[in-house]
Amino acid sequence: MNALVQPVKQFKKEQIQHATDDPRWVRYTLISVSLSFILLFLFLPLGLVISKAFASGWQAYWDALSEPDAQAAIRLTVLAAFITVPLNTIFGLASAWAITRFEFPGKSLLTTLIDLPFSVSPVISGVIFVLLFGAQGWFGEWLIAHDIKVIFAVPGIVLATLFVTFPFVARELIPLMQEMGSEEEEAALSLGASGWTTFIKVSLPNIKWALLYGVLLCNARAMGEFGAVSVVSGHIRGITNTLPLHVETSYNEYNSVAAFAGASILAGLAIVTLVLKSFLEWKQGRRL
Amino acid sequence: MSILIENISKHFGQFAALDHINLEIPDGELVALLGPSGCGKTTLLRIIAGLESADEGRIFLSGEDKTGHHVSRRGIGFVFQHYALFRHMTVFDNVAFGLRVKDKKERPSETDIAKKVHNLLELVQLDWLHDRFPDQLSGGQRQRIALARALAVEPSVLLLDEPFGALDASVRKDLRQWLRNLHKELHVTSIFVTHDQEEAMEVASQVVVLNKGHIEQQGAPADIYDHPANAFVSKFIGQTNVLNLNEDNVIWLKTAGIAVDDSKGNVAHIRPHDIDVKKADADSDSPVTLKDWQHLGSLIRVELYRPQDNGSGTYLFAEMPNERFKLLQLNRGDRVALHIKHAHWFNS
Amino acid sequence: MRQSNIMPGFGQTLGFTLFYLALVVLIPLSTLIFMSFKLSLSAYIDIITNTRVLAAFRVSFGAALIAAAIASFFGFIIAWVLVRYPFSGKKLVDAFIDLPFALPTAVAGIVMATIFQPSGFLGKLLIDGFGVQVAYRPLGIVVALIFISIPFVVRTVEPVLKEFDSAMEEAASSLGATRLQVFNKIILPNIFPSVLTGFALAFARGVGEYGSVIFIAGNQPYVSEIVPLLIITKLEQYEYEAATAIALTMLLVSFLLLLVINLLNRWMRQRSGQL
Repeated sequence: MNALVQPVKQFKKEQIQHATDDPRWVRYTLISVSLSFILLFLFLPLGLVISKAFASGWQAYWDALSEPDAQAAIRLTVLAAFITVPLNTIFGLASAWAITRFEFPGKSLLTTLIDLPFSVSPVISGVIFVLLFGAQGWFGEWLIAHDIKVIFAVPGIVLATLFVTFPFVARELIPLMQEMGSEEEEAALSLGASGWTTFIKVSLPNIKWALLYGVLLCNARAMGEFGAVSVVSGHIRGITNTLPLHVETSYNEYNSVAAFAGASILAGLAIVTLVLKSFLEWKQGRRL
Repeated sequence: MSILIENISKHFGQFAALDHINLEIPDGELVALLGPSGCGKTTLLRIIAGLESADEGRIFLSGEDKTGHHVSRRGIGFVFQHYALFRHMTVFDNVAFGLRVKDKKERPSETDIAKKVHNLLELVQLDWLHDRFPDQLSGGQRQRIALARALAVEPSVLLLDEPFGALDASVRKDLRQWLRNLHKELHVTSIFVTHDQEEAMEVASQVVVLNKGHIEQQGAPADIYDHPANAFVSKFIGQTNVLNLNEDNVIWLKTAGIAVDDSKGNVAHIRPHDIDVKKADADSDSPVTLKDWQHLGSLIRVELYRPQDNGSGTYLFAEMPNERFKLLQLNRGDRVALHIKHAHWFNS
Repeated sequence: MRQSNIMPGFGQTLGFTLFYLALVVLIPLSTLIFMSFKLSLSAYIDIITNTRVLAAFRVSFGAALIAAAIASFFGFIIAWVLVRYPFSGKKLVDAFIDLPFALPTAVAGIVMATIFQPSGFLGKLLIDGFGVQVAYRPLGIVVALIFISIPFVVRTVEPVLKEFDSAMEEAASSLGATRLQVFNKIILPNIFPSVLTGFALAFARGVGEYGSVIFIAGNQPYVSEIVPLLIITKLEQYEYEAATAIALTMLLVSFLLLLVINLLNRWMRQRSGQL
């Protein structure tokens, strides 16, 4: 027996390359390529925002952000998000309920139409509102006659933001609620719960993470939207400049610290979004 | 081609999936690796194939050491549990794959490939499906295509992982017989993994019983059934009544015709068909009563109850042909006399 | 229809959905079409065939095409690495892939411009080392669009790669295929439709992209002027008709391209028995 065991021990731990393994050099090359790419395209930009924002020190950074125009831009950005996110959330819930809980003709067309704003260039999303409410637009004369300003004013900004963030909540909820089916809700209804109670106590707890996720993405886009808002805003400093527009204006005026200080807030928003997103995915992954 | 497995061990973390396995499989056999789930049988099969590497030990195919060889250089055919057919290729292209990836020097011409593929598809009786995609086939058809694909490269050894595991019961029955016949025709050394003892007994010429990373017994199906090496094998292969040799049981076994010998072990395993049942005579003192019975097709399984002194009781199962049961004219609650023809002895 | 008997709220939710959809999306979007009716066909053709407009289309579609192709290549590698290879910091990298989705485009724009401008960190390196200027050239547009495109590809390929049955690879390997053959004949045909989908999404986004591009593009008419910028320029000059015509054309062309790519994708899946 010993004679048989001895030679075997010498070959112990002989590793073969598994069928699904790539050769080591391939692995290392691909990992290096990926990491360099990500470093160059994702981490470097973030680092640059921070370094440029603080290029002239804390004080300059603070001054750039507390300057009245910057403050107004931040306020306007928050206001636009504050109006659009709840509206699109309600829409997302209503449309997901109608689409996933009922059968009706034209359902798939409706689902496609909800996604439509995603395939429209942000600039076009702004242009359509100028065509509707601008001085030469569809309602232009009527608006001027009644002294209502939509374009180059806050309502235009809100409308454009509504348009570009329109599908975010709905498209998170629809696939999830479709997959979930309505058995639980039917059970609740059969036990005598009212429709509203069923929604609050049965549906909502099941979709809350996906809902939060949709709201999060909706908010990030609402606060960060540039193209559409840029068309309808008119860039009036202190009045119709959102934070992204303030960043643009400052950058074009070679006010690097102001531009990057603004950018740092938006980048921070992006980081918070990503962190929360990972958290929600983790939460949902655990739950499902 | 013969297979020699020498001292193979494999750990997953602390868990020893295989513990110094030694096994020799002669040329041309159809071997079943049989064991409960988690016993290491699939791991062993994958190690033989080269899909997994062992921590130690060596694999010889036809006397040639293949331990360090990549799976693509071992000359084995592997049939996966869920078939792993290439879903983007037709049945024909699936079977032709192994021939088409050969080196230019060895690769047959397309006409030869076509001829060979059609021959194989005829062998598995599915030539009419050659232009279908895997998603359009039934489970049994996929299984046979997977086999044809593995055979195309003329492997010296055929390895099948739970070949009937994913199939409906009726299809499974047919395919078992078909596989056995195919093996008779081709005579390629084959190993298949299964957790179903009936399947192993029916299909294989040799059965290897694995448990917790050990080989418990190796032998012909009849051999293993009639002479189980230990309590695990006895219980795993077929059904058995287990009796601990306490004083009460020893006395009772004697009356049932079995002489108890301490030296043979402290547990008796009795196959249901080794128990003869008849109606107790009026003067018999047999305490055993008939509780119930079930039809198992040609056999009847009877449930027997033996009350014990301490107030509890034990259930025993016996099996007999339908005909005989009818002759006995037994009713529920009847007292019966037992004669035990044979018992296996083990130490627990 | 079974559900509608029990489930409440059909009328209310569908009513609100349609009303809100019409108000926010359909009516505004349809003005683009109604406005264009004001134009005669010849006027429309005049606007669209203007050399500056054509040049802008060439720049927008060309850059988006090249960027989506490059992003598809690297995105595939990144998805592969994320799914297949273990390495430290993987979770962080995986979370950061979505940065271009989350980062406001204006921020991406000024950052890209700053990095690649001739005095910038990489811009200087590339000019000194290779004599290549990225910023304020069409190349800059491509670079900015690669940044935007990457997550589209990674996030479409990643789940498909994760779901991919590795037993197919083992089967191919056991039949004697080399690793390269396994990749070319087994993995790629099964993954490619998802790469194509990612490419299409990236391309569609790239064509309409504005914020991340204008800072680095240089915006020189005929050379590095993108269509969205041209639309804004026309609008600012109160040439509403021109703006409408160009916007409508861009919308239609991108829809058409998406449709073609979707059909192509469908056809490929069908051919590979996946439908």
